[in-house]
Amino acid sequence: MKSFSVLQGVAAPMDRANVDTDLIIPKQFLKSIKRSGFGPNLFDEVRYLDQGEPGQDCSARPLNMDFPLNQKRYQGAGVLLARENFGCGSSREHAPWALEDFGLRCIIAPSFADIFYNNCFKNGVLPIVLDAQVVDRLFVEMYASPGYELKIDLARQVVQTPSGEQISFKVDAFRKHCLLNGLDDIALTLESADAIRAYEQRWRQQSPWLFDVIG
Amino acid sequence: MSGQTLYDKLWHCHLVEQREDGTALIYIDRQLIHEVTSPQAFEGLRLAGRQPWRVDANFAVPDHNVPTERVERSGGVAGITDTVSRLQVQTLDDNCRDFHILEFQINDTRQGIVHVVGPEQGVTLPGMTIVCGDSHTSTHGALGALAHGIGTSEVEHVLATQCLVQQKMKNMLVRVDGQLQTGVTAKDVVLAIIGEIGTAGGTGYAIEFGGEVVRALSMEGRMTICNMAIEAGARAGLISVDETTVEYVKGRPYAPRGQQWEQAVAAWRDLHSDADARFDRTVVLHGADIKPQVTWGTSPEMVLPVDGIIPDPSSMDNAAQRESTERALHYMGLKAGMSITDIRLDQVFIGSCTNSRIEDLRAAAAVVKGKKVAATIKRALVVPGSGMIKQQAEAEGLDKIFTAAGLEWREPGCSMCLAMNSDKLGAGEHCASTSNRNFEGRQGFGGRTHLVSPAMAAAAAVAGHFVDVRNW
Repeated sequence: MKSFSVLQGVAAPMDRANVDTDLIIPKQFLKSIKRSGFGPNLFDEVRYLDQGEPGQDCSARPLNMDFPLNQKRYQGAGVLLARENFGCGSSREHAPWALEDFGLRCIIAPSFADIFYNNCFKNGVLPIVLDAQVVDRLFVEMYASPGYELKIDLARQVVQTPSGEQISFKVDAFRKHCLLNGLDDIALTLESADAIRAYEQRWRQQSPWLFDVIG
Repeated sequence: MSGQTLYDKLWHCHLVEQREDGTALIYIDRQLIHEVTSPQAFEGLRLAGRQPWRVDANFAVPDHNVPTERVERSGGVAGITDTVSRLQVQTLDDNCRDFHILEFQINDTRQGIVHVVGPEQGVTLPGMTIVCGDSHTSTHGALGALAHGIGTSEVEHVLATQCLVQQKMKNMLVRVDGQLQTGVTAKDVVLAIIGEIGTAGGTGYAIEFGGEVVRALSMEGRMTICNMAIEAGARAGLISVDETTVEYVKGRPYAPRGQQWEQAVAAWRDLHSDADARFDRTVVLHGADIKPQVTWGTSPEMVLPVDGIIPDPSSMDNAAQRESTERALHYMGLKAGMSITDIRLDQVFIGSCTNSRIEDLRAAAAVVKGKKVAATIKRALVVPGSGMIKQQAEAEGLDKIFTAAGLEWREPGCSMCLAMNSDKLGAGEHCASTSNRNFEGRQGFGGRTHLVSPAMAAAAAVAGHFVDVRNW
């Protein structure tokens, strides 16, 4: 996994509540058996004017110029400003894969859906929860100044605005540690292999019907 | 100290390691696998040179991409016309073969939607922790199991370690008191709950569903309710074990037998919240107040009783709510002030992990029996949740009732719930659907989904627009 320490990037808006993962990456692109290459189809249904299909050359497709990520001022965006309950619906990890592949490595919103929030951390994407009023203010500042950049410092847990204002955010210690260091969490869990085996032995004695039945 | 909730009990008996940073290592008894969210997990195992920790904890079945038309289906994997879909189903077969994981392949009679097949086969049992790379894994909570959806990285993590790193969720109780009116079903109950608490209302919670109405439901109905816990924002839905649960599990192919059955049932009897359990939030609904529900917008919380009127955004004070209502009405092609019963339909879909079980098909068949689908309906599909359900329905003659009425009787799979196969809506088409999500584009680019119960969908197929099934 890519590590995440400090990110400075243009902020772009996804200014609606309850953005679901179907909107982030529509189902027809889930047929891929790879982890990469989803960026061109991020927000496909609102980003292009035609209907997207897997394997298309997206550079030749008609763009919806009302969609912010297609506008000149948001080109190269690294931070997405979003609203309540971002990432709701399907558990598809293709959603953070698409965001990361597009270059959006930080999402700031007043709240996230649980599964999406968790999936982000597995893919070098940092979801930051800020108070709804603070997010509102960031939206206003961003709309007012083209090229508006935010600087995200994960180690210090701070979002810095162009005026130098520092806004602190919370992140749980384990996820922060893994993201800062780009750690493989399977290897970390396997450090507890003895504890898992001991548990499994106890559990098998207690609930034998859960073992060796299928397969 | 207060008593434990059902969720607390399931959490504690699967706790491998509690860590100082607040996270915990939780043991997973069963992982269900389908073709869409697993290929990258198997690839990850291969790249790291890892093997599954416990092969017999995993079970696989292809469902999302499988064609439901008999002709295309009869060719098996090789017969899937869409080459990308075919590769994904083939990849599941290859991975299960290479890693020795039990799989019901595409034309196995027992194949079906993973959340239907698990309970039906006894692969899902009370008291288990169950995960799957699919958010509707919450369905299995109906059996008193702790079940939730995970992403593909976690699918790989569970394959490799049999555990997940988790933080404990909060406890919510949704109690539905009293009794339901005739014609009102589990689907209407869960839509009413989502309408009440909102699509983010359950975020961070495990929701236990209880009360007289839930206790009176069959397992099929309970699964419908837990299935849509995720549409209320909760990863896990739960219902305590009772006689209905035990009777349902008894005799299933992978359920315990003999002495182990007795031992298991004794353990399952404790799978309920203690009388003095503390919930962080409690929501109460009254069964008698719930009417048949219809969603009008692009989020499951945009729901109204069938006698409702489409809301007027200009009357809303909250700017965000006004904007999202305007956007939804624009997408759905509906006008404020319109009656729900005036919504004209183009297609009808009866199926999905929410409503494709035998009881759902019986309810739909009872409504259309001896009637005809309206001439204005372009297509009405009935897609059973599994091959076993299909067999059962055919034995009861339900397929004949559907086809005589002009509905198509299909092979099992996810079908038009998410339109990954060729069953989809055209742009602008309105669909009465028994599935779980009415998001933009969910059932096809530009498609307009209205979530309803099987009986409501069947009645809409005959009338060509929504009607109150209580008066049917």
